[in-house]
Amino acid sequence: MFDIERWQEIFDTIRKNKLRTFLTGLSVASGIFILVILLGFGQGMRNGIEQEFKQDASTSIEVWPGVTSKEYKGMNPGRSIQFVNENFESSNALFDELIEHESSRMFVRDVNVNYGKESLVYSIQGVSHKYQFIENAGMIEGRFLNYPDQNTAAKVAVIGKKIRTDVFTEVDSPVGEYIEISGIPFKIVGVLKDNNEREEERIYIPVTTAQRVFNGGNRINNMFFTLNPVKNFDLAVAQAIDFKENLKAHLQEQHTVAPDDTSAVNVWSAMEEAKRYYGLTNNIKLFFWFVGVCTIIAGVVGVSNIMLIVVKERTREIGIRKALGAKPWSIVAMILHEAIFVTAISGFGGLIFSMALLEVIGPHIEIDYVVNPSVSFNVAFTTVIVLIFAGTLAGFFPAWRAARVHTIEALRDE
Amino acid sequence: MIEIKDLHKSYQMGSNSLHVLKGINLSVEDGELVAIMGSSGSGKSTLLNILGMLDGADSGEYILDGVPIKNLSETKAAQYRNKFLGFIFQSFNLINYKNALENVALPLYYQRMPRKQRQEKALKYLEQVGLKEWAHHLPSELSGGQKQRVAIARAMAAEPKVLLADELTGALDSVTSYEIMELIQKINDQGNTILVVTHEDDIAHMCKRIVYLKDGIIEKDEKIEQVRAESYV
Repeated sequence: MFDIERWQEIFDTIRKNKLRTFLTGLSVASGIFILVILLGFGQGMRNGIEQEFKQDASTSIEVWPGVTSKEYKGMNPGRSIQFVNENFESSNALFDELIEHESSRMFVRDVNVNYGKESLVYSIQGVSHKYQFIENAGMIEGRFLNYPDQNTAAKVAVIGKKIRTDVFTEVDSPVGEYIEISGIPFKIVGVLKDNNEREEERIYIPVTTAQRVFNGGNRINNMFFTLNPVKNFDLAVAQAIDFKENLKAHLQEQHTVAPDDTSAVNVWSAMEEAKRYYGLTNNIKLFFWFVGVCTIIAGVVGVSNIMLIVVKERTREIGIRKALGAKPWSIVAMILHEAIFVTAISGFGGLIFSMALLEVIGPHIEIDYVVNPSVSFNVAFTTVIVLIFAGTLAGFFPAWRAARVHTIEALRDE
Repeated sequence: MIEIKDLHKSYQMGSNSLHVLKGINLSVEDGELVAIMGSSGSGKSTLLNILGMLDGADSGEYILDGVPIKNLSETKAAQYRNKFLGFIFQSFNLINYKNALENVALPLYYQRMPRKQRQEKALKYLEQVGLKEWAHHLPSELSGGQKQRVAIARAMAAEPKVLLADELTGALDSVTSYEIMELIQKINDQGNTILVVTHEDDIAHMCKRIVYLKDGIIEKDEKIEQVRAESYV
C-alpha cells in the first residue's frame, strides 16, 4: 500500500488521464454532496419541529373547562363548568409527587390600560409566580411575579416585550413605572420575553390580585402543570398520559360530570403532541435516509460503471504490462489503488464542500420547520467510507477479470 | 537456449478442433538469430505465443535456458516473461500516455528497480537505438520506425535471454524495415538470441537461420548466409 513506486506509477496515470479521473471524481463527489445536503435538511426539519415545541415546557399540561355533553346524576347536559381555587389546590395536593410547576390562571380580555396620557387595550393574565416556568419564558428586564406578590395580592405587573417596545419608548426601563389597569395603579416589575409573540402582548399580574380587581371571587379559567422530568422519552409520554387521565377523572368527580363526558373538562398535554411530531420527524428522517441510501447506491453503480469502462479502455495496456512481466495481482492492485485513491479524494472533497456549505448557509436558513440544517460529521464520514469500500468492491471484479484476460487477446484489442 | 520437443497445440473452434501445431521440434542455441517463416495459418504466431509463455501448449516439452516451462501459474509466467523474454510486436504496443523513456523503463518497474536507476538504464537503451533526444516524446509524436526502436529498447531493457519479434517490420516501409533489421543484427552481434517471426523473404534472409513452418510442422530448417541490412541502406 505504501509502495512509493506504485504511488508514482499511479500519479503518472492520473496526471495523464485527467478527463477520466475528473469524471470519476465528479460523480463520486456529487453523490456525497447530494447525500450530505439531504441528510442535512432532514436534520434541519427535525430541528425546526423541535424548536416549535420549545415554546412551552415540553411536559406542560393545560386544563380548561367546557360545557357538559351528557346527563349525569340528575344534572342536565349543557351545563357550564367553572373552575375555582379549590379545584386547583386539590389537584396540586393529589398529584404533588408528579408535578414540577403549577399555575392557575384567570384572564380578562380587552382591559383598558393607561400609561401617562396613553390609553391602551390589553388582555390581562392573572397567574401564579411559577407561570414563567410553564411558558418557558425568560425575563429581559426586572423579575417575574414572586410568591410574596401572590400572597399579598400585590399590585405589580409584568409586561410582555412587545408592550415594552410599543409603549415605553421614552424611558430607559419600564421597571418601576406605574400603569393603571382598570383605573388601579400597578407597578411594573419586569419585562417578559416569550417564544410566542402573542404572549408578549400581555400583561401578567398575580392571580390573587386579578381575582380581587376583576371581581373574580375564587374563580379561575385555566390550570397549568408541568411534570417532573423523566429521562426516558417514552416513559415521559406514558406518565403524561397517565397524569392527564387521572387529573381529568378527579376534576370530573369534583364537578359531578360523567366520566365519559368529552367536553366538560379538557386537558391538553404537550408531550402527546410532541410524540406525534417526533413520530413524524422520525419518518422524515427515515425517508431522507432512504433517499440517501439510494443516492449512495447510484453512486456505487456509477463508480463501478466507470471502473468497467476504465478497465475496458485499458485492456491493451494491461496486455502490454502483462507481456512485460506484470503479475495478475499487480494489475488488480494498480487499478484498485487508483480507484480507491480517486474515490477517496473526491469523496472527501464532496464531503468537505457540502459540510462547509451547510456550515456557512445552514445557520441563516429560517424557513418554517427548517432550522439550521446540519449533518453529523461521523455519519457523513461513514458514508464516504462506505462509498469507497463499495466502489472498491465494484471495481474489483472488472479489474480481476482484466488481469485474467489472455495477454494475446488483450494485445489484439484495438 | 531453447529446446522444444514434439509440441502440439489445438484450438477449439466451436465444435471443431483446429490442430495448429502438430509436433514441433526446435532447438535454438545461444546467440542465434532465427527467422520463423510461413504463410498465414501455418502456426507461426501460435508457436511464438507458446515460446513467449503467453499461451500454453497441449503436449510436448519446452525448456528455456534449462528451465522447463510447463503448467505455469499466471504469476510464475509473468515472472519468467520479465526475466527471460523481451517482446517486439508488429503494432509496437507502446503505452500511449507514457513517453518513450517511461515505456522503456516499464519492464524494469516490474523488476522492482528504483525509479532513478530505472530511468538511467532506460536512457542508456534509448541511446543504443539512437533515440536519446526523443526520450520525453509521447509515442504519438514518433514515426513508426522510431516507435519500433522504442519497443526494441523496451524489450532490451530488462536484459532478457531471448528477444521475440512478431512481424516487427510488418507496419513499416522497406527503408525503415531495413533500418530496424540493421538494429536487430547489431543487437544479435552483441550476443543476444533473437527469434523473428516474419513472412517477408528479405527480412528472413537477414537472419542466420530460417525455419519454415507449414501446416503446423517444420518443413525446412536451414542455416543461411546472413545478408547484412546496411548493404541496403
